[in-house]
Amino acid sequence: MPEMVAVSAVALLRPKWQMARHRMARHQRGDLRRALLVSLLAMGFWGAAFAVALRLLRYFRSAEDIGTLLAAKLLAMILLSFASILLLSNTIAALSNFFLARDLDQLAAAPVDSGALYRARLAETALHSSWMVALLLVPIVAAYGVAYRGGLDVAPFAVVVFLPFLVIPSALGSVCTLLLVNVFPARRTRDLLSVITALAVAGLVLLFRAARPEQLARPEGFANFMQFVAALDTPSSPWMPSEWVSEAVVNYLRGKAAWQPLLKLWALAAALVGVGHVLYARGWRRAFSMAQEGANQRPTTRPVRSWFDRALGVLGPLRRELVLKELRVFVRDSTQWSQLVLIGVLLVVYVANVRYLPLNGEGVTTLLRNVIPFLNLALAGFVLASIAARFVFPSVSLEGRALWLLRSSPLPMRELLWAKFWVGAVPLLALALVLVGCTNLLLGVVPFVHVVSLAAITALVFPLTALALGYGAFYPRFDTENAAQIPTSFGGLMFMMTAVGLIGVVAYLAGRPAARWIVAGHFGWARDPVDMIWPFAVAASVCTAATVVPLVLARRRLERLERA
Amino acid sequence: MAPWGIDRPSDMIEITSLSKCFGTFTAVRSLDLVVPAGELFGFLGPNGAGKTTTMRMIAGILQPTAGSIRIAGHDPSVDPIRAKRALGFIPDRPFIYEKLTGIEFLRFSAGLYGEAGPEVDKRGQELLALFDLEPWRDELVESYSHGMRQKLIIASAFVHRPKVIVVDEPMVGLDPKSSKILKDLFREYTRRGHSVMMSTHTLEIAEGMCDRIGIMQRGELAACGTMEELRRSSGTDEALEDIFLRLTGDRVARELVEVLDA
Repeated sequence: MPEMVAVSAVALLRPKWQMARHRMARHQRGDLRRALLVSLLAMGFWGAAFAVALRLLRYFRSAEDIGTLLAAKLLAMILLSFASILLLSNTIAALSNFFLARDLDQLAAAPVDSGALYRARLAETALHSSWMVALLLVPIVAAYGVAYRGGLDVAPFAVVVFLPFLVIPSALGSVCTLLLVNVFPARRTRDLLSVITALAVAGLVLLFRAARPEQLARPEGFANFMQFVAALDTPSSPWMPSEWVSEAVVNYLRGKAAWQPLLKLWALAAALVGVGHVLYARGWRRAFSMAQEGANQRPTTRPVRSWFDRALGVLGPLRRELVLKELRVFVRDSTQWSQLVLIGVLLVVYVANVRYLPLNGEGVTTLLRNVIPFLNLALAGFVLASIAARFVFPSVSLEGRALWLLRSSPLPMRELLWAKFWVGAVPLLALALVLVGCTNLLLGVVPFVHVVSLAAITALVFPLTALALGYGAFYPRFDTENAAQIPTSFGGLMFMMTAVGLIGVVAYLAGRPAARWIVAGHFGWARDPVDMIWPFAVAASVCTAATVVPLVLARRRLERLERA
Repeated sequence: MAPWGIDRPSDMIEITSLSKCFGTFTAVRSLDLVVPAGELFGFLGPNGAGKTTTMRMIAGILQPTAGSIRIAGHDPSVDPIRAKRALGFIPDRPFIYEKLTGIEFLRFSAGLYGEAGPEVDKRGQELLALFDLEPWRDELVESYSHGMRQKLIIASAFVHRPKVIVVDEPMVGLDPKSSKILKDLFREYTRRGHSVMMSTHTLEIAEGMCDRIGIMQRGELAACGTMEELRRSSGTDEALEDIFLRLTGDRVARELVEVLDA
């Protein structure tokens, strides 16, 4: 009989590593082009983040007394926000990795030690949740190193400091998940967490806005300079690991001893992993069993069909059922709609920022007030593109496993696209009109600007929806269960780049002649409305083409689509 | 070579020289087959023989590399809407919209075939009751078990009254009562002049239920006919299991003892 060997965490992680290797080894046409594009964009982003951070830090350094304090404070603030994001994303990732992953049935049935499972899944959770934050930290830490003339030794030091910083939220998040799953079934927990995440992020944004950070940057707001320095020198949250990381980094760069905060970081990380280990070893099997209890009996049955259901009858049975299906699937998936809370808050902040613009003076600000809406048009277009990327782009991918039903039925693909297009375009249009309309009202623009900006944003909604659907059909990710991950794919990136290009073209074609008309009127120069016809016509044609072409291509693509 | 079948004017499925390649791998190789009206056709074969690929091509989910298919007289490559309107497909993996309720899914399925209204609701209700799903009609599919999902998909395939049902491994996950109901349903359905093409690994079911049986092996039809014809062609009076193993290679079954003893 073969010798019994306990399964190690490394053995549990091996299939993941092997799958990743197979994915990398499987070359497809266009892979190199994609990799190149993504690398270029990443390098560009890193470069920009590095340049901004370096410029800011050099500016801080020029202030003799408070420069280093400001630098430490800034790092602590950045890390605090990263830590809160990490805690939330780790809690959600832990739910998938520890309780909902498909391979857990096999592992739960196998003689696998709960401790080994905990270590393997913790490593996975930390990796899934932290890679983006870790990549973001690279240019920031590099900027600190360069600004404070640290040597190459900053890199290994950063690894030693940031490793426990990333492990702490993973261990804490996994423990939170275990406790939550013991109280609620796993599916309910996922719903609950997505709502909590959305509300928490929304709360953070609102708090940040309400604090008016631009005022905090003014030392004259404090009673005296010493009070300002004292405020900077006092850690705002001395018990937070983010503060310890900041202290360690700044101390190291200034040549001071950094072992104390380092020790605190590693001790906390080790303690949390230890606690997690004990809790998971004792409670995972029970919690995993509870997580299987996904059935949720709904208390009421509704034999009478809703008025909305009946009102859609005018569309005919096929279109009505398609539209209803799209809406029901969206509304009942809390991971989808909960993000609307966040979007709602961001929109309120957006409109509020326009409200706070310093445009209350006399003279030239009247002109500015009527020109700003065209800049606003581009920004609103970008907001709409982001929302389309999040909600419309994944729409084809989400059909994934049910595609057999659509392909084996006599459903023309144009009907499916019709339903997806209008279910996406109508709410986007309402949002666009509210967004641009409200900001126009707050700015007090003249009716001409109001009409042109509303017409332009209306014209943009349709091509943005069609492009999102088109790219979604060309770059589907049928096997991704989490809709939020789908827009981060190559197709999502391509969509955003095309959308930004389109928004730029339309904002230029509609905004430039309209702004010139306003400027000419303001200064009493000669102006001719005919000058606007040509650019407006080109903008309308571009929008029409960018609506029709992606939809036609998407239809052809879907008709040819095969899933074995 | 003439198609495996019987010449009748009302052939429901006609497959001519059908092939499907995935890259360099040929899953189905020049298949000819006819399923006439009123027949329950059993489709057998070892794993990876090409049964599911063939059925997914008939359902219009996969495009053939070569050859043609006609469903109730319609060519799906020329008139996919009419061809699919005549067809009900039941896949082997019950993946459906998790966030719809049972009755909503049936309404949606009927809607795909252009059917709606109280008649669809009544029919949906009857089908749910037939498969003991009525208490779950207003529950989200995400709370259904594997077998319940399978029953819901079977119900959805009947909701638009198709002329042909193509069904891949229908009995997997079904409880004995539901299996019995399904068998009776298929028999009654074919008695009314409709056709069923069913793949299965349960040879007793195929032997007991099917009018004719086709055995696939490495993408080709190794044998096809009634039980009597299969026995005659194999030259013995054996049960289907023996004929199946003889055609698909019983070497593995004989080696089993050696593996267990190793």
